[in-house]
Amino acid sequence: MSAVREIEYRDALREAMSEEMRRDKRVFLLGEEVAEYNGAYKISRGMLEEFGARRVIDTPISESGFAGLAIGAAMMGLKPVVEFMSWSFSLVAADPILNNAPKMLYMSGGQFGCPVVFRGNDGAGGQLGSTHSWCVEGLFSNVPGIKIAIPSNPYDAKGLLKTAIRGSDPVFFLESERMLGNKGEVPEEEYLIPFGQAKVIRSGTDCTLASWGRPVHFCMEAAEEMQKLGISCEVIDLRTVRPLDIGTVVRSVKKTGACVVVDQSWSFGSPGSELASQVHRHCFDDLDNYVHRVHSADVPTPYATNLEQEYLPNARKIAEAVRSATYNL
Amino acid sequence: MTSLSHPTAGGTSAPASPHSVVHTKVYGDSEHLQVPAAAAHVSSEQMLDWFKQMLLIREFELRCMQAYQEKKIGGFCHVYIGQEAVAVGCTAAVQHKDPIVTAYRDHGHALARGMDPKHCMAEMFGRIGGCAKGKGGSMHMFDRDNNLYGGHGIVGAQTPLGAGLAFGCKYMDEVIDGKPNSRVSLCFLGDGALNQGAFHEAMNLAGLFDIPVIYVVENNGYSMGTAIARGTTMAHSLITKAAGYGIDGYVVDGMDVVGVYADMKHIADKCRATSRPAFVDMRTYRYKGHSMSDPRKYRTKEEEEVFEMHDPIGRLEARLKTAGLLTDDSLKAMQKAVRDTVRDAITWSDESPIPPMAELYHDVFVEPWGPYTGSSQPAMNGGTANQPSMRTIDTKEELS
Ligand SMILES: Cc1ncc(C[n+]2csc(CCOP(=O)(O)OP(=O)(O)O)c2C)c(N)n1
Ligand SMILES: [Mg+2]
Repeated sequence: MSAVREIEYRDALREAMSEEMRRDKRVFLLGEEVAEYNGAYKISRGMLEEFGARRVIDTPISESGFAGLAIGAAMMGLKPVVEFMSWSFSLVAADPILNNAPKMLYMSGGQFGCPVVFRGNDGAGGQLGSTHSWCVEGLFSNVPGIKIAIPSNPYDAKGLLKTAIRGSDPVFFLESERMLGNKGEVPEEEYLIPFGQAKVIRSGTDCTLASWGRPVHFCMEAAEEMQKLGISCEVIDLRTVRPLDIGTVVRSVKKTGACVVVDQSWSFGSPGSELASQVHRHCFDDLDNYVHRVHSADVPTPYATNLEQEYLPNARKIAEAVRSATYNL
Repeated sequence: MTSLSHPTAGGTSAPASPHSVVHTKVYGDSEHLQVPAAAAHVSSEQMLDWFKQMLLIREFELRCMQAYQEKKIGGFCHVYIGQEAVAVGCTAAVQHKDPIVTAYRDHGHALARGMDPKHCMAEMFGRIGGCAKGKGGSMHMFDRDNNLYGGHGIVGAQTPLGAGLAFGCKYMDEVIDGKPNSRVSLCFLGDGALNQGAFHEAMNLAGLFDIPVIYVVENNGYSMGTAIARGTTMAHSLITKAAGYGIDGYVVDGMDVVGVYADMKHIADKCRATSRPAFVDMRTYRYKGHSMSDPRKYRTKEEEEVFEMHDPIGRLEARLKTAGLLTDDSLKAMQKAVRDTVRDAITWSDESPIPPMAELYHDVFVEPWGPYTGSSQPAMNGGTANQPSMRTIDTKEELS
């Protein structure tokens, strides 16, 4: 019998890092406040004590510097895990993470890989304003050479992070401050989750809802609402957007004939627009309507609660999109 | 005078000797200014005014903390308690036309610069009466009328902007108006921002291009839970960083508003006259946590108490009383006035409406197009005066 317990998303992340650090001395963690402060969001609590200051490293507020340092260390054969307090702060490190990490292997003709994991909070955290609410998947999924995971629950967070750390390529791991306290079932036993494998988390017959990260929960809410109206939604959690498990989505849409993509990043040139485009291509004859999309509003993130609520995707907007996509207006 | 042990002490690259936040020469290579108040012509009215301003900022911040607990303020909120003398003294030392830019711990600068406390509070309440109509929040205070160019949330982001503001002033005066530069810009940053690349690029540019910007490092000893010496090299002598860029560096006691004023007046006058940048290691201390959720386990109660003993408000109060400028009664009256002002600001903010939904698509572009409805004050940004730079796109019509 496998022992299952409920742990928080943040604990799942810590377990993944700690287990991999116990397994492999090349793995180390660095970032702002990760060591002595136990992490700004307490994800790395206790890790300094267990692994010592050589492997759990507090950095100054120098994202460009420590991201680049991690990449250099990875070229040397180490396996760094870099914590960005928020992915919003990774923008000052854009050059190393976008120009070095994803291109190293290619530019060196296969000589130098870059097995580094960058992880941190992504997306709106609740009235953090324009500078602190980035959904960087909108920007970064455009770049070839990086894998991107956006887990929606503790189980996926742990399994995907272990895979990320054990892998040989650069990974951007996008968490959410709003989910760190969420609890979920996580087995005691070790497990890994491969990238590029979506999960059907609710089956249905009338409309496919495809999403990743925090909005997956809004999709589930909307699906519940739709059920009351007799519209049956199938909800797919993509879990990684690079690679994107298009097969699972296509199989579902061939069954339902309708699709709503929910993506918290901005709509223009986003993972959501890419997914919609691929669904259009593969399900051209199966769709009864065009693929609907729910994104954040195409404006900078506002601070005021009412504006921010209206700005973000939510269950109400998803439900509206489902009704429109299924001609149930 | 007592020597206070600032968190700059310790760390790998700093000598294990405490430094002082008072005007004593501790490190040979530091230029510690000690411009006497008399030489800076400080009047009793000025001192009383600064006292009132500091009382106001402190009361405002205490009430912010309360409002945050009551969930009237959301997001991240960083209070300025302990550092009041810095914003007040620095602002007093420059002219109102001189631009100011700072980081996210910005309420003190906004108030010292003359922002109405109502507009500052309403911004944090996310109301239409806020200085940015509730769109910016606590970390992003802007006030064009008072030449406050923000509140910036990304650590170090404001440092190149500070150089740019000063560059802009100088360009306008010299290239457009054909007269000597008349303004200096104040760019505040935390000690943690010293470690951002942007800051070093900005310093190099300022040194290289003779840009009259003053970088005031509000050295409160910590960036979040990181004591300065754990995060930056040469923590005991930050002005050596400035020396590397050919910029004059000064160490100033940020817990004494009269001293801050006198020293900063000297520095600002020099920058204005020579059109050169300056760097100030302003020794101060934040009494509260980094933001609203910080138990401050990284420092001792004793350390906090030592700094609170040298409180900028307490120090000026003692000085004013000794000089016969303040009595217990007049102090009480002042405190009451300040409490009333802040209470009014809160009531006003409570009553200010939430922003209408139309604000979501407003102020994205100066010129309206597509879903964007233009900006509130296009004239401020040359909007209406400009030739329209794109044709009006009516999506519905185009696609039908
Ligand atoms: C680029 C970037 N990295 C990290 C953060 C998160 N952060 C906000 S404030 C802060 C500490 C800054 O300390 P300091 O500059 O000393 O200013 P203080 O808070 O003491 O006023 C950090 C790490 C950020 N806002 N921007
Ligand atoms: Mg600081």
